[in-house]
Amino acid sequence: MTTPPSSTGLRLSIAWLYGTKMNIYGDRGNVLALERRARWRGIAVETREIGLGEPIPADVDVFFFGGGQDQEQVAVSADLEGAKGEAIKAAVADGAALLAVCGGYQLLGHEYRPHDGAVLPGIGLFDLVSEAGLERFIGNVVVDSPLGELVGFENHSGLTHLGPGVEPLGRVRVGRGNNGKDGTEGARLGSAVGCYLHGSLLPKNPAFADWLLAAGLRRRYGPVDLPPLDDTHELAAHASAVDRALRTR
Amino acid sequence: MRRNGAPDPLGRPSALPDPRLLAALASAKLAGAAIRRLGRGGGTAAPGLVADRLDPALLTKIARRLERGAVVVAGTNGKTTVSRMLADILEADGLRVAHNRSGSNLVRGVAAALAERATLGGDPRADVAVIEADEAAFPAIVRRISPRLVLLNNLFRDQLDRYGELDTIAKAWRAALLTLPADTVVVVNVDDPGLAEVTRDLPVRRLAFGLDEPDPRFHLAALPHAADAATCRRCGHDLDYAPLYSAHLGAWRCPNCGAARPPLAVLGTDVHLEGVEALRMTVERRTPPASDDPGGDSPFERDEAGPGRAAATEGDPPPGWSAGSGTGARPPLLLNAAVPGLYNAYNVIAAVAAAGSLGVPDSTIARALAAFRAPFGRIERVAFRDRTLVLALVKNPVGFNETLRMLTLASGALAVPTLIAINDLAADGRDVSWLWDVDFELLADGTAPLSTTGLRGPDMANRLKYAGVPPDRLRPLPADLRSALEAFVETVPPGAVGYVLPTYTAMLGLRRALADLGAVETFWKQ
Repeated sequence: MTTPPSSTGLRLSIAWLYGTKMNIYGDRGNVLALERRARWRGIAVETREIGLGEPIPADVDVFFFGGGQDQEQVAVSADLEGAKGEAIKAAVADGAALLAVCGGYQLLGHEYRPHDGAVLPGIGLFDLVSEAGLERFIGNVVVDSPLGELVGFENHSGLTHLGPGVEPLGRVRVGRGNNGKDGTEGARLGSAVGCYLHGSLLPKNPAFADWLLAAGLRRRYGPVDLPPLDDTHELAAHASAVDRALRTR
Repeated sequence: MRRNGAPDPLGRPSALPDPRLLAALASAKLAGAAIRRLGRGGGTAAPGLVADRLDPALLTKIARRLERGAVVVAGTNGKTTVSRMLADILEADGLRVAHNRSGSNLVRGVAAALAERATLGGDPRADVAVIEADEAAFPAIVRRISPRLVLLNNLFRDQLDRYGELDTIAKAWRAALLTLPADTVVVVNVDDPGLAEVTRDLPVRRLAFGLDEPDPRFHLAALPHAADAATCRRCGHDLDYAPLYSAHLGAWRCPNCGAARPPLAVLGTDVHLEGVEALRMTVERRTPPASDDPGGDSPFERDEAGPGRAAATEGDPPPGWSAGSGTGARPPLLLNAAVPGLYNAYNVIAAVAAAGSLGVPDSTIARALAAFRAPFGRIERVAFRDRTLVLALVKNPVGFNETLRMLTLASGALAVPTLIAINDLAADGRDVSWLWDVDFELLADGTAPLSTTGLRGPDMANRLKYAGVPPDRLRPLPADLRSALEAFVETVPPGAVGYVLPTYTAMLGLRRALADLGAVETFWKQ
């Protein structure tokens, strides 16, 4: 995607991991939210889709990694093994921001254990493992997190168990979360976040979108103050989603 | 007749009464009558539930007594339209057609539709049945009915919260198709690479249809975001399209393993869209090539019956071409249909392919399609407060994209004020994530105001904002459909047209509101 010139001198590099393969629940709205919210503030944006067999560029500020169908997830797991997975971990350790949703989230843990068939190895960015469950968690979710109230939609049968090396993103107020038992949702390690929240998540959780943007920019420019935007539509969408969550689950 | 000859599972001659079937039919009819007396419309599944409990084999027993067998139609988009087109064509051909016209397309709804029409003795009082099947219910319906013809229109992502992933549906469909006898005809849209794979090397007759449209206005430059991963079902490589028509539909080919769209036996070409009203097109039928092409795919692979064997009922040879006959093409068929958009061109090809295979003469097909009117919500016109509202149901990303394409082709960059009504009730799908897969960016350059309403109207307004629609064109209206409708009409100049694009339950609510407010449905009335 091309970009208008920056009016602030700032630029942001977004890497969309396996964009065409891992995009089944409208997760591209997350990339759209990051791009628009940066451009509305005069920040130049470049988004690159990183497909199978393509290396991770050296200058990524924010990664996005969505969910895919089973067939695609097997190919992606194999592609991440080795140098590519290591490059993502190195970038995050160096301060890059990251958001992974659902299938992408699971592949950033140690492994995914299906009911039958081989274990899918993950890259171990997050200290967590996921396994196939017997029930599908489907519905609106409201999460209380240190980054604010988050609202999204979960649709997963995989159960995720966090290890001691990672914090949960937050606790579910409405919905089932990581595993339906311990009340946690998602995982967070520095500026890297994984979760089960579709929706799309970022367009109706603008403060969280800005937190990711700021984290991504910090790596290159140090602390950056993002000027506020008119979030009337975003906050209305957030409020109505929370209301529907309370009424539907 | 073929199905008629099947032996009764309990070894009785079929003329004797079947007490279980009798009880089931009687109860279903009573339940149906009671519901109608209570004035509860749309309660078509309850009688089916009762009947199914009393005699789970009801569907099988009635279907077996259809002289001309049953047709099952499935697909994410267009199945209601195609099955109605086909039912209309068969009726125009003089047949008595049983059809789940109310759109109750689960097993119980189908059982209810057939039970309502049948006599207490189990006579279906129809020569042929045209059954629209829900994607998830398709395998169960096919196993119970053992149709003589199956029509597969497309398979897109739709309500993942309800149906699960496409791979799962595709596998279930194929498993069901594998249970069908060898003389079953499977009419399939092979522009859809997933459906080409679902029907590959089946021990039945495959009749492959698709588009062959050279007009570049109908070609897409790149896969839309709503398209499902367009990867080769055999080797996993990304597919090439030359051209791509819609979603992941087109003349596809795998540059890695050489798999490709199978040769078309029935193809649509020379499509002309006439606004949001109608289309004209030509459908050509080709003699399929021998079944030893390199891709292993031909429209008639495993046609063991050989040339000369007609797919239509034996003893009643069709007046010309028929599926699997291998005896040659008919002249091109020029068609007019009062349905708009490229997606309806696919529906027309599907209906023509199936009707031809069932032995209906071309002149009858053309006459029935010319008289066809779109089913509920697909496209309707309503006169309201000196304006004309055009209502079109939206229910999934691919369908929504095609509707937007039709509207912007009809009026340039959308110049017509538009109301989008998004609900998230069970029948709409609880998850509104799919709105982010629709290419609303098409609307960014227009001039018309865009209003939003429904339970998730705010999500819709936000989606339009991120699609690049300028804030001064956005009109977020209250979730209440009636007040939103009244406010929306004010954005439409008197005498002009407004578009209304609701999800399923929002459509129901808007129709109620329109009726309450005295609107009049105009010439699209069914």
